[in-house]
Amino acid sequence: MSGVPATSRLSSAARDHTPVDELDRALIVATQAGLPLVPEPYEHLAAALGISGDEVMQRLRHMQARGIIRRIAAVPNHYRLGMTANGMSVWNVPDERIRELGRRVGALEFVSHCYHRSRHLPDWPYNLFAMVHAGSREEVLQKVASIAELLGPDHLGHEVLFSRRILKKTGMRLSA
Amino acid sequence: MADTQTALLDDLDRSIINVLQDGFPIGPHPYAQVAGELDTDETTLLERLQRLLDRRILTRFGPMYHAQHMGGAFSLVAMRVPPDDLDRVVEIVNGFDEVAHNYEREHAFNLWFVLATETPDVIGQVLAHIEHATGHRCYNMPKLEEFFVRLRVPV
Repeated sequence: MSGVPATSRLSSAARDHTPVDELDRALIVATQAGLPLVPEPYEHLAAALGISGDEVMQRLRHMQARGIIRRIAAVPNHYRLGMTANGMSVWNVPDERIRELGRRVGALEFVSHCYHRSRHLPDWPYNLFAMVHAGSREEVLQKVASIAELLGPDHLGHEVLFSRRILKKTGMRLSA
Repeated sequence: MADTQTALLDDLDRSIINVLQDGFPIGPHPYAQVAGELDTDETTLLERLQRLLDRRILTRFGPMYHAQHMGGAFSLVAMRVPPDDLDRVVEIVNGFDEVAHNYEREHAFNLWFVLATETPDVIGQVLAHIEHATGHRCYNMPKLEEFFVRLRVPV
């Protein structure tokens, strides 16, 4: 992959000063492409890593508890499921209310990422970012309107930035 | 979502997609466990999952790793680049290994890229290099708090 340089730096960081040890790292590398589709997937991984199935499960649970694994789950291809439009909606909301508002916006089914980010006044007044996915641009704009409604008087301005081109997408994968 | 792809999914496919978006257990026979909850059997679930992955209805099935918790530093950076200078700037920006994603968006702030670096201070160094090389300002927008990262697609 073309992303090897970036990922190798990430992996050395992981080795040097994080709670991910060599075995955790081997487990991450072994599951980056996915969980084995066999009746005992954790035993299967264990055999490849030379440890027990119990240790694999324990390490996965431990990484999940520390937030290193967000969850073990299926990732749908939203384009194949008809959600072909995405817009980055950016909002100006009062800083003192951002946590409550961010949680409410982030809980919406059509929002995939929701972050509090730095403003750059006066050029960039927006502090809340919410990525909105839908079947069409019009539908994205409708969903954005529903966010505006949800924010009510805390909505001090917003814009939607549709993507025009993907210029680079190397992703972040640990190298083996 | 009246889409041809979703029309080809039957009720079991839909249940599998919906249930597995929420999570998957860690246990000795996790597929059998989930199959039981879905009123099917382990073999059927494994076959269906393989087919959904083969058809690219699912892009992936497995642990979702949080790269930042593994020690990396990340930031979203925006630039306002005059359209006639965009190609040159994109080439410079994409030339940095630290740039993991780069998108053109329909806005005066038209370039949006994600930096992934070993430590937070490297972000500033890379941005200084990019500003120097391009002659345009980088607006660093690090994540101050994350409220939700997930796209649940009910099918």
